[in-house]
Parts: sequence; structure tokens; C-alpha cells
Amino acid sequence: MLVDLQGPWSPLLGRLALSQIPYENHILAPLFVVVVILGLAIIAAISYFGKWGYLWREWLTTVDHKKIGIMYILIGLVMLFRGFMDALMIRTQQAMAVGPDAPGYLGALHGYLAPYHFGQIYSAHGVIMILLAATPLLVGIMNVIVPLQIGARDMAYPYLNALGLWVTAAAAALVMVSLFVGDFSHNGWFGIAPIFELSYSPGVGVDYWMWVMQLTALGSTLGSINILATVVKMRAPGMTWLRLPIFTWAAVASNIIALTSFPALTVALALIGFDRYLGTHFFTAGLGGNLMLYTNLFWIWGHPEVYFVILPAFGMISEIIPTFSEKPLFGYVTMVLATFGIAGASWAVWLHHFFTMGAGPAVNSFFSVATMLVGIPTGVKVFNWAFTMYRGRLRFETAMLWAVGAVFLLLLGGLTGMMLAIPAINYMVHNSVFVIAHFHQMLLVIVYAIFGAVTYWWPKVFGFKLNEAWGKAVFWLFTAGSVLVFVPMFTLGFMGMTRRLDYVFNTQWQPLLDIQVLGIAVYSLSVLAFVGMLYVSIRDHAKNQVSVDAWGTARSLEWMTPSPVPFYNFAVVPHINARDEWAWRKEHGFTDLRPDHYEDIHMPKNTGIPLILGALMFLLGFGLTWRIWWLCALSLALIIALVIIRSFDSDTGYTIPADEVERMERGHHERARAVDLPAAGVLGGAIAYGQADPAVKGQGAALGGGMTSPEGSRV
Amino acid sequence: MSSSTSKAIDPSSVELWDHSHHHHDVLSTRTFGFWLYMLSDAMIFALLFAAWGVLSYSHSFAGGPIPADFVKPGYAFLQTLALFGSVLAYGFTMVALKNGNKAGVISGLWGALILGAAFLALDINDVVHLLDAGITPQRSGGLSAFFILTQTHALHILFGLLWMLVMLVQVSRFGFTTEVVGRMLTLRLFWHFQAVIWVFVFVFVYLRGMLI
Repeated sequence: MLVDLQGPWSPLLGRLALSQIPYENHILAPLFVVVVILGLAIIAAISYFGKWGYLWREWLTTVDHKKIGIMYILIGLVMLFRGFMDALMIRTQQAMAVGPDAPGYLGALHGYLAPYHFGQIYSAHGVIMILLAATPLLVGIMNVIVPLQIGARDMAYPYLNALGLWVTAAAAALVMVSLFVGDFSHNGWFGIAPIFELSYSPGVGVDYWMWVMQLTALGSTLGSINILATVVKMRAPGMTWLRLPIFTWAAVASNIIALTSFPALTVALALIGFDRYLGTHFFTAGLGGNLMLYTNLFWIWGHPEVYFVILPAFGMISEIIPTFSEKPLFGYVTMVLATFGIAGASWAVWLHHFFTMGAGPAVNSFFSVATMLVGIPTGVKVFNWAFTMYRGRLRFETAMLWAVGAVFLLLLGGLTGMMLAIPAINYMVHNSVFVIAHFHQMLLVIVYAIFGAVTYWWPKVFGFKLNEAWGKAVFWLFTAGSVLVFVPMFTLGFMGMTRRLDYVFNTQWQPLLDIQVLGIAVYSLSVLAFVGMLYVSIRDHAKNQVSVDAWGTARSLEWMTPSPVPFYNFAVVPHINARDEWAWRKEHGFTDLRPDHYEDIHMPKNTGIPLILGALMFLLGFGLTWRIWWLCALSLALIIALVIIRSFDSDTGYTIPADEVERMERGHHERARAVDLPAAGVLGGAIAYGQADPAVKGQGAALGGGMTSPEGSRV
Repeated sequence: MSSSTSKAIDPSSVELWDHSHHHHDVLSTRTFGFWLYMLSDAMIFALLFAAWGVLSYSHSFAGGPIPADFVKPGYAFLQTLALFGSVLAYGFTMVALKNGNKAGVISGLWGALILGAAFLALDINDVVHLLDAGITPQRSGGLSAFFILTQTHALHILFGLLWMLVMLVQVSRFGFTTEVVGRMLTLRLFWHFQAVIWVFVFVFVYLRGMLI
């Protein structure tokens, strides 16, 4: 052993022992049984329907950016639910543990969660919601949409894309394992120096936290390289920078942040790792360690990370609002500049997370002013959205409700952020639940945008719309829950309630805490409504089929592909003539989506290696957490060997011949013609599938025949 | 550019589909992605240098050995010669690659590999001597930062050497395929970058260390 450990250690199992399984815990043990039953049921169902081969071929080994995106979103939704359950426990515990007379259950003095357990719950809630719910959801949506918006057939590096997914899945698996094997960290999602040092946190909780975060950092770095290279290198001809759809711009800005900031997290956590595994003194109290070095390193990542998750959300809002206002986005160029303004400012504001460090007036003033400057580009965005809606033909469908709701939340979260940017105020409310309410408002902007984006792009990915009535029910329940939870939280913050209390000493706060419990109950209803929405929509999917342009007024390139999008995205890559290419084509009547001839398409082959690498990463993380050195060495050696072996495989692609492409495209067009709604062409004419027999090439396009390239005559 | 005006457009003047058979340049896409990776690697070193900056005050050494006692810029200069020699050899490798000279590429790679291994051997020798003298990363925060910064660089060198071994096999087995050439190009980026990082290590750790 490199450092002295408390408790036993064996070469075979490391620190792992049967006593680390919390089978006597009244919450975790039943949960474990439920999870096992659920897992067995899923395995049994897959076996019963004989879907293992399908699952392996179509999903687990896929390099298709849309399927990878869908799996990211699935991970995100599952983890969102897990994070929500943590929130539910935090809220109920605080409402039950008020005052010295509050009764205790399940071994807790007050409420039903012992302080040590409560600490793990709020730590897990933060880590999961930021890194394993919001991030995979956003990365997933970027994965699906960005290549479609720029006219690409896939990402620049499809294999790397799959690797990023499975590394993220490994992180999610590791955090779930921490529920049932050992403990999770109990010192907050951002870690508090020096409590995470081995002498103060001798268990495996901090190790779990550290390796989960490391894996997500690795996955996000890989993903950001991929999206940036995709946008820079894979745009369709004519897609100049100022014709990029605004969501793609947001993805670019956001991934520049990710690429440059996640290494900071990697370093901060690695240095904790050296402290805990080698006995170095980076962040120890004494022997030359520096506690604030950790806090600075962490937030040098942490604040840009906040903008990494909010910028794609802004991009989604900027796509939804023009579609349902039936107008182009107001101030496209200023929107791009504002996005990059926010991205740039994200690097100069990290210290506002700890004004109370005591860095002195000059430093605090700099970071205070820098933080307030973020308000300018954000304000530009809000006004651009408002002016987009101004005198538009507004349609308040579910996606639009989410987008408009996000703008309102942004006002609330942004203005409270301006208050917190003033150090004098910040000293008063530092570490109070006012701060918690503020950043939850901002994160709710992201959640609203994600729900809006899922509703908006769902028909593009699956070919049918989500149920509107149920969708609106989810929206209003979720909004009611948000109001009921966070208005009292802002109030409690002003009343002096600090964050992370497992016991609330002031009995006068009971009514507000009870309102919050009511709010979380309404949130729970919205979760049920969400499940109901999925059920009803999938049940009725035959009735809600859509054609290419599901909303009729969409503007960007992804709405030119069949719904659901075929695996090759575009049979022939479109030539881009305008910003909002699809709106431009509809306006000028170029709505025939059949090019005069098809060509061979080159696509990447599926591969199981990313999945295996992800599994090995999980084993490596697990081995490191429990200090099972042979497992670490083995999985690391296998990872390196597998990467090298893969590099010897040059047969990574295949070609689809042109007539096969044409056959598949004809199927898509026939399906589109069958479901095309008469109302599809509000801006332009109806989409011209039906004008001629699709089998007769070239002639089919009364509109499109003559306008393609001269090569058309060759066919 | 937007659709605010609705002038009629002559369909024959518009190109709607791309039939130009443009294939995206695999090498350029790959190299660009590797530049992005280098950027993230640069951030890792930037933060390690920042940590070294914060932890290199005299009190960071907690009364133990300070860099002025143990850094040997002369010895580190030998390491510099080895690493820069390796980069030069890799440069000759790339010249041979440009000329399609397989034997030249293989001997150049061997040169870069041996000189890089010499750098690593010098580094390991240095670390072993420091540890023997009781100068360990466990002694103080300042020494932790010293060791982690220099050895993170050494780890990158080790990784580069492994990569060179793989390339030796691939060049002799596959010749100059697109994949192999792409990997040679990205390895060149990686190797030059590590040499650049070494310049900073030499200046901020070994030269500045004399003054701490």
C-alpha cells in the first residue's frame, strides 16, 4: 500500500468486503431488490422477444450519431430520475427534521435520514444532475441534431463518438453501483478541501465521486473534440459560417468551453487522487498544501461548465421560438456574438463562487464586474427572443411553452445572479439556500429547454409527434412544482437558512418547507405525466405520423430529411443557398426532396470495441475506488492493448451502392407522401412528393427537375 | 439572405444538391481533431504549471528540501539535448515520409525512439536519486507539485514511445496508407508538443527552481 488506510485491505478484493453492502439499510436494501427485479424483468423481456441480436447490432455496437444521441438521452433521463429521487429525499427530510421535537425514524435522530446518509444524497444529487443528467441530455441532443443541421452524414469521428457514449455510461454505472456497494462522497458535489483528504474521509465515497467525475470529464472532452471537428470539417457545400443554424453555433461555443475547461476538472481531481493514493500534499491542511488551490482549480472548470450546459439550452430556445412564431430569428448575428460573448466571459468569473475566500477588494471587484458583464450578452438574447415573438404568428404548442417558460425562468435566475454578483450581497447570502434557488432557476432553464427540444425534435427522430395534451400537462405540473419549490427557497435564503441542512433548527421555517414538499409532490405528478405522455404517444404513434417538416414552419436543414431520419441522413448532400435553407426552399418552391440521381454512400462500420472499452473503464474506475490493484492493472493494460489492436484494423467502412440508396429513399418518400398533412406548407407549397411517379427519375420534379446541377442530364 | 423577401428565383440558376463528389479530406479532419486534443492537453499542463506556481513559495516546502537544493539544470540540459535530438530525428522521419522512403522512415523512427528513451532514462535516474535522498512527493506540497508536473510530462513521453513502437510495426507492415500517414502526422504534432512543454518545464522548474 502506498498510503495508510483505515480498515482492512486484501490483495484480491482491495477494500471490498461483504460489510460494505448496506443490506441493513432500510431504504437501500428494498431499492436494491426493486432494481434487481427490474433488471431481471428487462433481461427476461429481451430474451423472450429474442431481441439480443437486434440490441447488439442496432444499438450497442452502433456508430450512428442519432442512435448514440438517443442512448445519451436515455442515460440522461434515467439519471434525471435518480437525481429527482435524491431531491425528493432532501426535501422530505428537511421538512420532517425541523426543531428539537421532530421525531426520528429509521435510525435517524430527526427525520428519516442520518446526517452521513443525507450528505451522500445531496452530493450525489449535484453530481448526477450536472454531469450525468444535464450533460448527457444536451450532448445527446447535440449529437442527434448538429450533423443534421450542417448537412453531414455522420460525425467527424463516429468511433470516438461511440467511445464517448460508453465512457459516460461507465460513469453512470459507477455512480449507481455506489448506491449498493459502499458509500458515496458526503462532501458536496464540488468537494470541499481538505474534507475529501484521506484522513478526514477515509471511506471509498470520495473515490467513487472522483472517478465518476473523471470518467464524465473524459467522455465530455472526447465529445467536444468530435462536435467541433464535425462543424468545422463536415459542413455541406454552401454552409458558410453565417448560415449555420443557431443551435449549431451554440454547440460550437459550448464545446469550445468543454474542450478547454474539462481538463481543469481532470487536473483538480487527479491532484486529489495523488493526495489520496500517493500521499502527496496538494490540498492538505499543513505540509505546504493549499486548500484554496483546489477551490480555484475546481471552479476554473466549474463556472465554464455552467455555461457549457446553458449555451446549448439557449440554442434550443433559439430554434423553437422562430418555428412557433413563424418568423426568422431576430438578430441572428447578434445572437452568435452574444453566444461567444457568454462563452468568453465564462473564463473570467469563476471566483464569484467564493468571494468569501477573502481575496481582497481588487480581486473581488474584478470578478464582480466580469460576472455582471455576462448580463449584457444574455440580455441581448432575451431581447432577440422577445423581438422574434413580437408580431409573429405565435402557436403555443408544447415545445413553445417550454421555450417561453425557459425565458421567464432565465429572467428570474439571471436577475438573482446579478444580485449575487455584488460581493457585498454575496457575503450576506453566501452558502444560503438563496444561492441554491438561484442556480436551480438557471438549471431549470436548461431542463425547460431540454423538454422543449425533446418535444420539438422527437418527430424528426421517431417519425411521430408526442401527445400535445399530455405534453401540456407535463409542462404545467412541472411549472407549478418549480414555483412551489423555489419561491419558498428564495424566501428561506433571505431568512438565513443555509444549504445542506439535515436538521433545520428554526421551527418558523416549517410552513415554507412544507410548501416545498407540496411542490416536490407536484413535480412527482409531472414525472408521472411524462411517463403517461410517452405511453400515450407511443400507443397512438400511428395516428401522429409526420412527414419531413413536422411543425410545418421549421426553418433549418434537419427538417429536409425524412422523419425518422435514415441512417445515412442525406441520400445526396444538399447544396446550401441561404441561412434557414429549408425556409428558403419552401419560400421559393424548391420543396422537391428528390435529387435527379443518387450516388454511392460511404458509411462507417459498426464496432463493439467502444462498448468493451467503456466496460473496461468502468472496471478501472471500480478497481481504483476499491484499490483492487490487479483489476486496475488488468483493465488498463486491456484498454491500451485494445486501442492498439483497433489501430491495426483498416477495414472500418463500407459503401452503399446508388441503386440501394434510391430504393431506400423511394420508401421514405412514399411513407412521407402517405402521411403528409395538407397543412404542411404554411410558408411554401406542399412538399412535392406526389407530382409524378417517383420511379421515373429526373422527370419527377416539375419544380426540381431543371434546377439541379448539369450532371442531372447524365442520368 | 433570409427569407424576408420573396423574389422569384430562376430555378436553373440554383444548385440544390451537391454532386461535386467532394470527399472530405480524411487527413485534414484527423489532424484538426488532434490539434483540438493537443489544446486540451495544453490545458492540463497549464493547470499543472499553475499548481506549481501556487505551491512553489518557500513555505510550500514545509521546512523540507527546496528546489535550489536539488535541481540540476545542467543535468536537465542533457535531457533537453536527448529530447530535442529525438524531435530532430522525427523531423528527418517526416522528410523521408514525404519522399516515400520506407527505410528512411523506419531508421528515423528508431532514432527518435532511442533518443526519447534516453530522455526517459535520464528522468528516471534523476527521480530515483531524489527519492533516495529523501526528496519525495510525500514530503511537502511544493515537492508534490514538482514531481507531478515533471512526471506527467515523462508519462506523455512514455506514451509517445509506445506510439512510436506501434508505428514502427505499422509502417513496415502496411506501408504508407492513409491511416498510417495520418498517425505519423499526429504523432509528429504530439512529439513536438511534448518538446515545447519541456521548454517550459526546463525554464519554470529547473531554471526558476534555482531561485526558490
